[in-house]
Amino acid sequence: MKVAVLKGGRSLERAVSLRSGARVEDALGALGHRAVALDAGEQLVASLKAERPDVAFIALHGPGGEDGTVQELLEILGIPYTGSGVAACMRSMDKATTKNLLRESGIPTPDWVAFNATAFRELGAADALEEIEAGLGFPLVVKPAAQGSSLGVHFAATRDQVPEALIAAFSYDDRVLLERHVHGRELAVSVIDGEALPIIEAVPLEADQFNYEARYEIGRTSYNCPAELAGRGEEVREAALDTWRALGLAGFARIDVMLSEDGPQVLEANAIPGLTDTSLLPMACEAAGISFERFVAIAIELAIASPPGVGR
Amino acid sequence: MRSSAMRDLMEITARPEVISLAGGLPDTSTFPPDSFAAQMTRIAQESSAEALQYGPTEGFTRTKQVIGELMAAEGMDPDPDDLIVTTGGQQALDLVAKTLLDPGDVVIAEGPTYPGAVPVFCSYEADLRQIPIDGEGMRIDCLLATLETLDRQRRRPKLIYSVPTFQNPGGVTMSLARRRELVEIARDRELLILEDNPYGLLRFEGAPLESLYALDGGDYVLYTGTFSKILSPGIRVGWLCAPPPVMEKVVLGKQAADLCTSTLTQYFVGEFFAEGRWREYIADVSAIYRSRRDALLGGLERFFPPEARWSRPEGGLFVWATLPDYINTTDLLAKALSENVAFVPGEAAFADGLGKASMRLNFSARSEDEIREGVRRIGRAVGEQMALYRTITGEHRVPEPASGGGEAAEVLPLRRPGERS
Repeated sequence: MKVAVLKGGRSLERAVSLRSGARVEDALGALGHRAVALDAGEQLVASLKAERPDVAFIALHGPGGEDGTVQELLEILGIPYTGSGVAACMRSMDKATTKNLLRESGIPTPDWVAFNATAFRELGAADALEEIEAGLGFPLVVKPAAQGSSLGVHFAATRDQVPEALIAAFSYDDRVLLERHVHGRELAVSVIDGEALPIIEAVPLEADQFNYEARYEIGRTSYNCPAELAGRGEEVREAALDTWRALGLAGFARIDVMLSEDGPQVLEANAIPGLTDTSLLPMACEAAGISFERFVAIAIELAIASPPGVGR
Repeated sequence: MRSSAMRDLMEITARPEVISLAGGLPDTSTFPPDSFAAQMTRIAQESSAEALQYGPTEGFTRTKQVIGELMAAEGMDPDPDDLIVTTGGQQALDLVAKTLLDPGDVVIAEGPTYPGAVPVFCSYEADLRQIPIDGEGMRIDCLLATLETLDRQRRRPKLIYSVPTFQNPGGVTMSLARRRELVEIARDRELLILEDNPYGLLRFEGAPLESLYALDGGDYVLYTGTFSKILSPGIRVGWLCAPPPVMEKVVLGKQAADLCTSTLTQYFVGEFFAEGRWREYIADVSAIYRSRRDALLGGLERFFPPEARWSRPEGGLFVWATLPDYINTTDLLAKALSENVAFVPGEAAFADGLGKASMRLNFSARSEDEIREGVRRIGRAVGEQMALYRTITGEHRVPEPASGGGEAAEVLPLRRPGERS
């Protein structure tokens, strides 16, 4: 089979995407498929039309590749593609949209407020900050609405730190979230075709739990897989699978959950999680006895089983 | 650079459409291709077998002669036996760290320091202590305070790493008085200094200052130089001067690392300097960089907010700019990249998370027009962030025009250069 591997692109997660894509290409080679690597740029549609692949493996992360844009183009071209459809990608990329859907579906997610910059510039949203802070409490987390990685995420421990955290988040996106910080264990649930893989726990090695960056640094975070959850695994899995269904995800995805004393709280869903050597979904696959090649094969089978036009 | 997120961002700065003021690249298009072709042809015709062969670990005698000539131009006279040719200046840092450092050893450096030195010292698990700089370079009062603190803990630094001339990234040059003080402290306390001087010959104005190596005579000061900025970084040829006890171990380390520096590119160095026109070439390059520096400084005056501060280098490749402390330049870089412009976030020049409101701007790699345009875009991004901050904090609760936020920076009154530190 001829498989187009879509990678790179213009998002800030370009580097991760190139690594994910390269790994997928290797796996496709091992599976006996013909991989055609396409860097998602101005020539993407022309290249897809010229190559006419049987299926596209989307290894793009962040806005552009993970938000339904590329998926829409593949729908138009009639090329089956891996992962979720247009609508589910849109719902997952924007954290505010995700959280609204979660709440409507009765899935626990930390309290939040979402704003765009216009609200501050033109509507005086700053005057509501006091009420927001009182409602969410400190510390609170400020994040860009649509940014896949940890980029732009800052903790504000006090009121003074809120404005700088806001402008940092606005560097990435016109919409930002202020979210209640939930204390708990940080878990990642990878899902393939509606089945949860072993849960991974991220354990920061450094004492400063508010140093968000530390968690994404090799050597500064350790991962336990499967996480030892002493009987609480089922509720975490349930929250993740409820999220999968509520957002209409397909193929594969990763759902990040904070397990607090009150139970699991869903933070976000990643429609196209990282697939690099150090990424979590491949780690969970390994724990489940699924090789990376097998994962790629499953993703392609699922893509072909639900071609464009059938609706996802 | 510690943060993988930042590393990923920096990778994007290499996109062709990005005006990158991030790199430390000399402009190699200034080197005449005809000369390059003639030199390489001569090597092929006259020394093909030797140029393709291994060479001595310490480097060719001919390369050492050239290094002697370059160092003499800056008032130094090293013993050829104290010299080793390295694979770029970066390897000299690595070899010194490998030779001297055990995990936990204290290394003192300027804060900010060369971003490429941070991972070197960190990879040998050094405890990096950074000393603030001002317009005269490393603050000796702060250095003494740090040394006294270490004394009380019965610890002594293994190494003081300094880029005293046109410092990367600070753009400042250590004053002669401070150089003397620093060398005296090293001699009194029997501490080793590593002087890193990649840019000394790229001086646009002002009188050259004596190097730490010259002031000390090579007893306590190790010295590293490179052909990267004055000729080519692609040839990967640099050097290290060190006294015999250190050099012995460095040679062993070099053997383990790569046996010898590229013989082919050492031949190229020999050929280039044999033509005897290197002084003119460096003067030509310096004139180009001087104009580009002026374009950068002019752009900063025009497009950066009055709250910003920046260095005014007399040479080298870099300007260090500092914004109001509520601006995080790593996040600002993401915004800048969406405008296709890039710089190095200040965090990269510190091991401990300082420098978050600063940035390093390079002026050697791009044309004057590109530099001005790049600074205009960065200035606009900064202006938008500052306006938003003021709105959020209620300092200036005035609605902004929908698209004109960045233009405000252009009508700022010009300030006198003397206002800068």
